[in-house]
Amino acid sequence: MDIKHLAKKIRLHTLQMTSQAGSSHVGSVFSMADIIAVLYGATLKKDPNNPKWADRDRFILSKGHATSGLYAALAECGFFSVEKLNTFYQDGSSLLGHISHKGVPGVEVSSGSLGHGLPIGTGMAYGAKLDQQNHKVFVLMSDGECDEGSNWEAILFAAHHKLDNLIAIVDYNKIQSLDQVSNTLGLEPFADKWKSFGWEVLEVDGHNLEELHTAFSNLPRKPNLPTCIIAHTVKGKGVSFMENTVLWHYRSPQGEEYASAVRELESQL
Amino acid sequence: MRDAFIKSLSELAKTDPRIMLITGDLGFGVLNDFAKNYPKQFLNAGVAEQNMTGLATGLAMEGRVVFTYSIANFPVMRCLEQIRNDVCYHNANVKIISIGGGFSYGPLGISHHATEDISIMRAMPGMTTVVPGDLWEAAESAKALINTEGACYLRLDKSHAPRTEDKEKEFIIGKARCLVEGKDLTLISSGGILEVTLEAAKQLNKKGISCRVISMHTLNPLDEEAILSAAKETGGIITVEEQTVQGGLGGAVAEVCLEKGSYPKAFYRIGIRSTKTSLAGTQTYLRKAHNMDENAIVSHAVSLIEKKLQLTS
Repeated sequence: MDIKHLAKKIRLHTLQMTSQAGSSHVGSVFSMADIIAVLYGATLKKDPNNPKWADRDRFILSKGHATSGLYAALAECGFFSVEKLNTFYQDGSSLLGHISHKGVPGVEVSSGSLGHGLPIGTGMAYGAKLDQQNHKVFVLMSDGECDEGSNWEAILFAAHHKLDNLIAIVDYNKIQSLDQVSNTLGLEPFADKWKSFGWEVLEVDGHNLEELHTAFSNLPRKPNLPTCIIAHTVKGKGVSFMENTVLWHYRSPQGEEYASAVRELESQL
Repeated sequence: MRDAFIKSLSELAKTDPRIMLITGDLGFGVLNDFAKNYPKQFLNAGVAEQNMTGLATGLAMEGRVVFTYSIANFPVMRCLEQIRNDVCYHNANVKIISIGGGFSYGPLGISHHATEDISIMRAMPGMTTVVPGDLWEAAESAKALINTEGACYLRLDKSHAPRTEDKEKEFIIGKARCLVEGKDLTLISSGGILEVTLEAAKQLNKKGISCRVISMHTLNPLDEEAILSAAKETGGIITVEEQTVQGGLGGAVAEVCLEKGSYPKAFYRIGIRSTKTSLAGTQTYLRKAHNMDENAIVSHAVSLIEKKLQLTS
């Protein structure tokens, strides 16, 4: 699958879905779009015709507010029809505004309240170890989400139990709900925190597809250590006026803003 | 109750490798044998109930039947959102075990008093809520929970209530047990306070008041038939539970009676009404301090009978 094309489709679908729905979190999707494209375009062992295939890799979107991006990737990968994306946020739709697994093939875990994905992923990874299964468990988290104490409970647990089949990816776009992360609850020295908790840490450019692909292809990086991949990203990446702004955590693309965003994305290769 | 339950669970774990027991770093001296005999089915998650509950959900999604275990409010309130969003919404096979219901850990203070858990847990979507009344029910509940798909809550307390085995020798979730027949009044009890309720019924019988005693060991699904028959046949209901009166057993019984239009002539909820729970004390002392001991049940029953007679005459 052409990863670059998938990343572009994720962004275009998201614009269309959030515009039609009048919903938020475009910036949060755009910062993770390249990560999702590499995972679904290349990394994850999956079978759209058999979403519950026992040997599949498990993927948990813990930043459940960025749901439209994952729905788009799943549709593009054939888990369900692209037309279903038009029902996003609408009355009676199973495509909810925060990710939900019910009636949506390919979605492993529902989230929306932050700090839930990593503990669940930890359980899946522990179960895989008990059963001597080789699949991996990927959990994509937001940076603001790292404020939640529940994550640090799971981080302790995963290192203690040597869960090297667990990979936490942090979409580190440096902006959370109301302000910069550094002005809210600073995470730095972020990599050192994970390291001191016993994780192997890798920092990557979260928009460099090759770098992401290499990082996701060589796991675990060290036997017995869970891996944290800190992906440095730009909130709103791909549409110039959305990049690095708090505003586009919430604003829904309408009218000329929508048209202009589509034009800018379409003009990219 | 705790020991009876763990013994029963251990026996089941022997032949069912799906069973896992995760503790939040509690159970000193109680879980040792389980941990030793079934090392792959036991886990101490540390003092981290949110992760414990998420972890249990993940394990359940991978095919296990997971019991989370801790004291009083710790496995319930500290991780309530994980229970709602992770366990319940995913219909995960997670069974939450709280030991020390009510005032079991009386002298330890309010942090260790589980006094709102029943109403909270029965409000969780799809949460099978079991509150055994004696050792037999506690032991039987292990198997019954394993055979019940999805989220379950089990509240055990420290009482050593004698076994009141069923004639049919079967414990059925959602099916109340009538332990004593009676025609003047029904005492419906949940949890270890059942032994107090049975004693009160004996005293009332001596006073010429014929009391039916029901162990309502399951709050969800609720045995509506048992409640409606009690209302119709005895005309008076007193609910007895060791938790606040808001929304627990008493609330559940009242809801059924009102909605189904089967109104008992007299009704009272025995439970915690006062917020003054700052005193140290044994379970027995605190039950008395909160007007939910044997004498309190008797005196409420007597006045309820008077009220019933006034309404009838």
